[in-house]
Amino acid sequence: MPINYIYPDYEIIRNPDRCITCRVCERQCANQVHEYIADVDKLSCDDSKCVNCHRCVSLCPTRALKIKRSESTYKENSNWSVKTINELYRQAGSGGVLLSSMGNPENYPIYFDKILLNASQVTNPSIDPLREPMETKVFLGTKPKQIDRNENGSIINNLPPLLRLTMPVMFSAMSYGSISYNAHESLARAAAELGIMYNTGEGGLHEDFIKYGKNTIVQVASGRFGVNPEYLNSGAAIEIKMGQGAKPGIGGHLPGTKIVGDISRTRMIPEHSDAISPAPHHDIYSIEDLRQLVYSLKEATRYQKPVIVKIAAVHNISAIASGIARSGADIIAIDGYRGGTGAAPTRIRDNVGIPIELALASVDERLRQEGIRNNVSIIVGGSIRSSADIVRAIALGADCVYIGTAALLALGCHLCRSCHGGKCNWGIATQEANLVKRLNPEIGYKRLVNLMLAWRHEIKEMMGGMGINSIESLKGNRLMLRGVGLNEKELEILGIKHAGE
Amino acid sequence: MQREGQIRIPSGCAISGIINKSGKRMSGEAIIKSIAVMHDRSNGLGGGFAAYGIYPEYKDYYALHIFYDSPYAKKECEEFIERHFDIINLSKIPTRKIKEITDEPLIWRYFVIPLHTKLYESQLEERDFTEKCVFRINTRIDGAYVFSSGKNMGVFKAVGFPEDVGRFYRLDEYEGFSFTAHGRYPTNTPGWWGGAHPFALLDYSVVHNGEISSYDANRRAIEMYGYKCTLQTDTEVITYIIDYLNRKKKLTFNEIASVIAAPFWQTIERMPNEEKELHEYLRIVFAEQLITGPFSIIVAFDGGLMALNDRLKLRSMVVGEKDDTTYIASEEAAIRIIEPDLDTVWSPKGGEPVIIRVTGGEAKCR
Repeated sequence: MPINYIYPDYEIIRNPDRCITCRVCERQCANQVHEYIADVDKLSCDDSKCVNCHRCVSLCPTRALKIKRSESTYKENSNWSVKTINELYRQAGSGGVLLSSMGNPENYPIYFDKILLNASQVTNPSIDPLREPMETKVFLGTKPKQIDRNENGSIINNLPPLLRLTMPVMFSAMSYGSISYNAHESLARAAAELGIMYNTGEGGLHEDFIKYGKNTIVQVASGRFGVNPEYLNSGAAIEIKMGQGAKPGIGGHLPGTKIVGDISRTRMIPEHSDAISPAPHHDIYSIEDLRQLVYSLKEATRYQKPVIVKIAAVHNISAIASGIARSGADIIAIDGYRGGTGAAPTRIRDNVGIPIELALASVDERLRQEGIRNNVSIIVGGSIRSSADIVRAIALGADCVYIGTAALLALGCHLCRSCHGGKCNWGIATQEANLVKRLNPEIGYKRLVNLMLAWRHEIKEMMGGMGINSIESLKGNRLMLRGVGLNEKELEILGIKHAGE
Repeated sequence: MQREGQIRIPSGCAISGIINKSGKRMSGEAIIKSIAVMHDRSNGLGGGFAAYGIYPEYKDYYALHIFYDSPYAKKECEEFIERHFDIINLSKIPTRKIKEITDEPLIWRYFVIPLHTKLYESQLEERDFTEKCVFRINTRIDGAYVFSSGKNMGVFKAVGFPEDVGRFYRLDEYEGFSFTAHGRYPTNTPGWWGGAHPFALLDYSVVHNGEISSYDANRRAIEMYGYKCTLQTDTEVITYIIDYLNRKKKLTFNEIASVIAAPFWQTIERMPNEEKELHEYLRIVFAEQLITGPFSIIVAFDGGLMALNDRLKLRSMVVGEKDDTTYIASEEAAIRIIEPDLDTVWSPKGGEPVIIRVTGGEAKCR
């Protein structure tokens, strides 16, 4: 069927002088790219199945393999890119909606890369985190409205429930089902060791992980999978998922083939039934309904847990956030359009939503103008790629960030963006037992801890350079930021000055 | 060039303070002598004084000290004041012509009390009403700037070296129970008189040496509570934080010190339970009022003053005592010049407040 033919995106180059036909590549590739041809005692490969996950490249003992972008191309056209043409061919063939995974990879502006940080010179001293205390502890939640004193005049502790974190980072929601048991165990153990939180996503909480409850955020999403009183009370906080940056306005769909064994039990749905999360919560069609769910969850947990409302960054984000800040929620999580996903319709992922930097800046400013910024803490995600992005986010006004993709990279993800295929060669986004076991949680959790400790140290170095020795003095401190190559409007929305001003 | 308020100008400084605990009044001469010793810590681009207990005959009235750029600004501002206050007395602030101080604006003083009807309409307390009016003048009336608005106290400031500013305002002719002084070393300034320090709101005044790194975090937080940082200076935002914590949130000065120069978490961990809980509470609830970066400040208020260093003590500050008088200065020499024979002298630790309260005389103790 030549009309259907699409030339493979990648070309696998095997150096025959180095290849020792050990067949590791053949065994490691769940996509069955490599094949041993016994007659000639050689390995051959089918490039068309390759997703460029680098599993074979990483494990080849003689570095005989490399993967290149294939050079075959259509006639050059600035308007019709190869990607666009191929996607169109696929849809003409199947009549289906295109699916993608991980965050929006398209060439939109990345505002974090156009914001530079400040440092002290002469008029005040920088502070060395190796010599002086440098504080990164954060508390998330609402603040008391008034100070109460007892008859002796001492202040009465009227603090509402708070999330207490050693650094302003948490692992964002990724469900058991979308990622593997071993990936969840790695995240949970790392969160516990670091004194931060991981998030169950909408897949419920596996019974083995209840013991990490102090470091767990339990999610309540539109499908309500795995939600019960014990679940709600197991975590440190409850997150209502209203939206996700990768697919604003869209629900979720975990295919029945993945709903097996523990996953079916944890989600509390029958095996092999599709797990469909509706686009909206069917008990929330407006802001007043959200308030009812917030308080239902608070009642169910006796007002002991802060409630997070997670929303995707969309056009009217600041008005929506303002509504949420008056809804009884303690924390708002905003997910930018670069945020990751296990599977989303390509057109939604690549075309809907707004950058997190702009969403954060306008929400923080709006809540301040309305005098309700202290009603809620703000968490942002999608996509935080380094400690410098964290510093920028905090200085723009966030209390804390969520990282998803960065955490998966630490576990071995090579960003091949094929999670929706369910054949993750790194044992992360798969439920196939022989693949899952490739991710050793013992190693995985240590790599997450390493990453976070490295970032924490870098955050301290950057804060110290600015002469700031506590993270709360960085929060919303936009004078520490300068834009480069941004126009007046962008600077105005970000609330920062241009470099040189 | 841009003025304070249009641009943020960092500056180094000298500060000095004297207070008599019994409320005995003294002339302003000593404070001029003290700040003059630290001449090299200023660069002639700003100096000033706050004096408490100087208007006993008008102690129930707000003393508004105002700079005017032009007679038009004065006319507009006076009309505003007349609409909102009963003016008991008004006059030019007496000055001495000296060659070191030039380009002075019109400098006027009004003793006022809010009009009953206006106060009733506004549903505000008297001090809140006065504060609002001060913000209104400073943000809405072009060319008018209220730089002092407390009762029985006054701020006197100008562009110049502080000792010249003292002579210009004839500070030696005033008598008060407490004085603070400031010599400024801005890195650039157009030389606007309003930009000199002390900075004051109602009876709170602050002199400050340092450059705080938390400035924009503090500013954006305090502006949420109705304050407007029109000058973009550290001292301004520190004054508003103190007014907010003390007057609006009713925190004690010890508690305020624990907020703005909070103990480190590692120190809090080691505290006995009750103290630990209090400090944790203050740090969580008032996280945005934490001030980082170098500072030494003297906060003067109705009934006393507080001296405080940042928690790493990145600026010098020395305290000395002789009988019932306490002296505070950036350098010990500035204390020794007026009182060579001190009972005690020490350098307070970072974040450790020195709070002096007046128990007698004209001042009320709160």
